[in-house]
Amino acid sequence: MKKKSEFAKYPAEDKAILIVGYILLGLFVVAILLPMAYIILASFIEPVTLQNSGLTFDFSKWTLMAYERVISNAQIWIGFKNAIIYSVVFTVLSVVITLLAAYPMSRPDFRGRGLFNTMFIITMFFGGGLIPTYLLISNLGMLDSMWAVVLPGAFSVWNMIIARTYYQGVPRDLQEAAEIDGATEMVYFFKILLPVCTPIIATLAMWQFVGMWNSYFDAMIYLNSASKQPLQLVLRSILIQNQPEPGMVSDMQSTAARAQLAELLKYATIIISSLPLMVMYPFFQKYFDSGIMAGAVKG
Amino acid sequence: MNNSTSPAQSPGKSGVIHNTLVYMRQHWQLYVLFILPAFLLTLIFKYIPMGGVLIAFMDYNPFRGLLGSEWVGFEHFERFLTSPDFLRYLANTLKLSVFGLLWGFPVPILLAFLLNRILSKGIKRKIQLVLYMPNFVSVIVLCGIVRILLSPTGMINSLLGTSANFMTMPQAFRTIYIASGIWQGAGWASIIYTAALSNASKDLKEAAVIDGANLIQQIKAVEWPAIKDTVLIQFIMQVGNVMSIGFEKAYALQTDLNLNASEIISTYVYKKGILDGDYGFSTAVGLFNTVINVILLVSMNKIVQRMNEGKGI
Repeated sequence: MKKKSEFAKYPAEDKAILIVGYILLGLFVVAILLPMAYIILASFIEPVTLQNSGLTFDFSKWTLMAYERVISNAQIWIGFKNAIIYSVVFTVLSVVITLLAAYPMSRPDFRGRGLFNTMFIITMFFGGGLIPTYLLISNLGMLDSMWAVVLPGAFSVWNMIIARTYYQGVPRDLQEAAEIDGATEMVYFFKILLPVCTPIIATLAMWQFVGMWNSYFDAMIYLNSASKQPLQLVLRSILIQNQPEPGMVSDMQSTAARAQLAELLKYATIIISSLPLMVMYPFFQKYFDSGIMAGAVKG
Repeated sequence: MNNSTSPAQSPGKSGVIHNTLVYMRQHWQLYVLFILPAFLLTLIFKYIPMGGVLIAFMDYNPFRGLLGSEWVGFEHFERFLTSPDFLRYLANTLKLSVFGLLWGFPVPILLAFLLNRILSKGIKRKIQLVLYMPNFVSVIVLCGIVRILLSPTGMINSLLGTSANFMTMPQAFRTIYIASGIWQGAGWASIIYTAALSNASKDLKEAAVIDGANLIQQIKAVEWPAIKDTVLIQFIMQVGNVMSIGFEKAYALQTDLNLNASEIISTYVYKKGILDGDYGFSTAVGLFNTVINVILLVSMNKIVQRMNEGKGI
């Protein structure tokens, strides 16, 4: 009741503006949900029917064939396994290194702070670019190894700045109390500072995990063996290059049937591959704001 | 902490060095445990490749290495800058990011204003959850969805009653790229504005309502001032990034037939360097892009700094 009265407080022309606004917002929401709904529905429809008449609610034309074929394909699972390994290793490495580096950088008394700061900031503006980096990775013997994907980006200057800003917001009394108690750097950092920084740690971890999970460029240039491909590369050949994994469609007799099936497999592949993050991200909603705000304070 | 760093009366050069050494010995953990990993990663994976840009001035041969390859001066740059493709790739890159910025920038601000005016907290949260969702879809899946929806028999064509193959049309590429970018990113980008808006004091707003201010006046007097600085800084930062437009999405939306519009500098660098093995030339093109980028970023950064000191123009 109270909400209604609040809306009623607006004068008539304001109500009109608001209603137009709400409609626009509603359209945007529909524009997000509609393609998703279409993909979900289409993934259940027989390939021939989908090709000829599109979506149908005649359930006799529905099938789980696409899911069975995608789930029983080994390469998809290899992709999942690799994506999990790379994302977890990258997230742990990156968050640990970044949180550690941010601590001295947050202390005004740290000697060499200016020097390190300059060194780090320069890399945000200037870099060697694709080929020099590729040649370095190649010379280090890291081609076709997980480390090529996981190590070079493990320290993020931007995230370090965010963590540093967050540390600086922690009351100094905490540190002074610790120093009086004779706590060492390590004790203060791990026992006192980190426990009050969980929101920012969760935020950074989420960013790094999602970023690694969803990227494909580094894996594309550095990893050649099929056994090392992360999920996104497997998806790329199915969704973008129109090359379903061997075995997914090869039992079909005609070229036309193979093409129709390959098309249907795309829908199921999209659903299966997106499911983990789609299920997980709502649980992180409370951390979205904290991270963005910490980054915005000192750009 | 203060045994030998006694109040430095006249900190001569040797005194400063001495103090630093004492500090470092006392706080060795800060150097060895905290900053060393980040320092090494930066040195190896950022600074060594910076030296590698010398390849841009060489006829680089991977078997002879950096020391054995021949210097060619600015030959690669001349070849690129005088080639007819150069202007097209540069224009494609700039158009994609500048138009993307012009179309895409206002949408999150508008979304934030609207979200801020939703009275029910529960509904607002649910809408936000939907708005954030596309951010968690990967580039490959996004481009896969785009290709499905835009295929000759896809959803868009059946809605329009046509059977156009949009993915092969150069003139459609930018629209596809920018629209799908807004679809994916606008909700997520609105977070920063929503957060800034929630700082707009409730009291101030109520006072404005009591004063009889209408919606437009309230926005002008209360909400716009609350997010003005954020909007300006975001805009300037994005202008600074127009040359660093990403590789992944453009490459995943490329087809042989839309290359006229979809070949941008980063995809060209990849094809020349990794696929053709033309290391020197590819590095030169990349370096050219980086240099423009640095100039843009540094000047935009200067503007932001000046704004921060003057508390927002």
